[in-house]
Amino acid sequence: MAETSDGPLAARASSKALAHLWMILGVIVVAFPIYYVVIASTHSTQTILRPPLPLLPGAEAYSNYKNAFSGGISKMGGVSLWRLLGNTTLIALGIAIGKIAISMASAYAIVFFRFPLRMVCFWVIFITLMLPIEVRIQPTYKVMVDLGLIDTYPGLILPLIASATATLLFRQFFMTIPHELLEAARVDGAGPWRFFKDILWPLSLTNVAAIFVIQFIYGWTQYLWPLLVTNSNEMNTIVIALKKMISFADADTPWSLVMVTSVLAILPPILVVVFMQRWFVKGLVETEK
Amino acid sequence: MNRTVFPHKLLPWLLVTPQLAITVIFFYWPAAQAFRQSMLREDAFGLSTSFVGFSNFRRVLSDPNYLNALQVTVIFSILVAFCAMSIALFLAVQAEKIVRGKGFYRTMMIWPYAVAPAIAGMLWLFMFNPSFGTLAWPLRQLGIAWNPLLDGEQAMGLVVAASTWKQISYNFLFFVAGLQAIPRSLQEAAAVDGASRRHAFWTIVFPLLAPTTFFLLVVNTVYALFDTFGIIHAVTGGGPGKSTETLVYKVYNDGFVNLIMGDSAAQSVILMVIVIGLTAFQFRFIERRVHYG
Repeated sequence: MAETSDGPLAARASSKALAHLWMILGVIVVAFPIYYVVIASTHSTQTILRPPLPLLPGAEAYSNYKNAFSGGISKMGGVSLWRLLGNTTLIALGIAIGKIAISMASAYAIVFFRFPLRMVCFWVIFITLMLPIEVRIQPTYKVMVDLGLIDTYPGLILPLIASATATLLFRQFFMTIPHELLEAARVDGAGPWRFFKDILWPLSLTNVAAIFVIQFIYGWTQYLWPLLVTNSNEMNTIVIALKKMISFADADTPWSLVMVTSVLAILPPILVVVFMQRWFVKGLVETEK
Repeated sequence: MNRTVFPHKLLPWLLVTPQLAITVIFFYWPAAQAFRQSMLREDAFGLSTSFVGFSNFRRVLSDPNYLNALQVTVIFSILVAFCAMSIALFLAVQAEKIVRGKGFYRTMMIWPYAVAPAIAGMLWLFMFNPSFGTLAWPLRQLGIAWNPLLDGEQAMGLVVAASTWKQISYNFLFFVAGLQAIPRSLQEAAAVDGASRRHAFWTIVFPLLAPTTFFLLVVNTVYALFDTFGIIHAVTGGGPGKSTETLVYKVYNDGFVNLIMGDSAAQSVILMVIVIGLTAFQFRFIERRVHYG
């Protein structure tokens, strides 16, 4: 920030260089924990237990990952890595798709129809913003028990798909659709389904993609809810299974497998965020305001 | 409000029913139960329950353990919100100065958003656990008695670090968007007037960022209060002692581990009041946003 005699241009260049330096430092801090676990997953348990960990990949990558996928994880928790990844994917997809479906449907009804209690419905949905799962865990758990939903996929998915945020976003977006479009469609004899399928859905794709990414990650990273409604290891998500594997008191913890599981638990959502970055960032910044 | 609409009468009801049904079954009914239970007391054997009015609340609010959890929550939330927001703001300001490579930095910054809170906690535990953590190792070499599994303050430090780390991405994206919305000409005008960059930032840019900052303050508070359950559960389990037991952790602990329903329900209701307060605050501020455009 010091103005040198070289004038403002040089000052600007040096401030830019400094900015790069800070960003690189920031990226190192932000990326290091992830880098660390990726590196650790390529070393043997003996190497991991002898700090400091080498900062470069080790030679055990292939054998660690092969072991993890071909039964190493099953020996720890009785459930294969495939099953854990499958459970988590199913739940994340179920939540993302379910949320989009039910919130689009209700937003469609609220914006494009007039029916008694329309605004009451809207407020009933809206107020759920103020009731996160954490403030009603015990009674919600009891509902699950009464409905026989413990240790089932619907039990893991259904309570998480009601979302005021997604409904609000779709409502907001639908309200920006010009009347003329609907009028023209109706003149052409299009009913609600044709209008939705041919006009509204194509226009909504960007929003759908954005919400999909956000909700997929929301589903993948769930913790408290799966912890409560699953007793059987068969129904564990990878995040819960990982927590159960970690024990510092147990000398036999196969840390290399724990590291492999950690990598596989964080990789899929990271890939989704990185590859769908454009929609994700737009969706996040625009919807949550 | 004279929009063209479809004339159907039954169809809209069919469309809202799935969401309403889930909302009522999994949100309103349990929330109502929480209220009901918070006024009831079960006897020691769970055979009978009686209405006790507000006595559960009185007991919870005078319980030293609850007050401890409240204090832990306040300290934890302030630390997380402050650290996560200031680091993100600093980095966003740096990113704004950069022309080339912005996209690369953004991609590198958003990773932690996709990491589950519980796993974020575990990653930090891997690095800082006393038995083999690579970053715990130099601390011990320096003669620091580093053991977050035994030392309350170190445990708090670790969960704050993990929670902050996870939230930086989110705040960064919002601050970048906020900064981009501020006209460059304003900052350049300040520079022409001879204001130093630092001075221009605090007097011009920062006040204009206020809406973003307020929004993030609410989001980060909600995050620290609720979403960090996984981090605390995975890293410290509320311990050592009760040094990292937050309000949400205590609701879970009393309701599912210690099985004290009345107290747990009363705590849920108190949390609900906190969330309603925060949401109301957020919406009042969003109203203001609209006026400012």
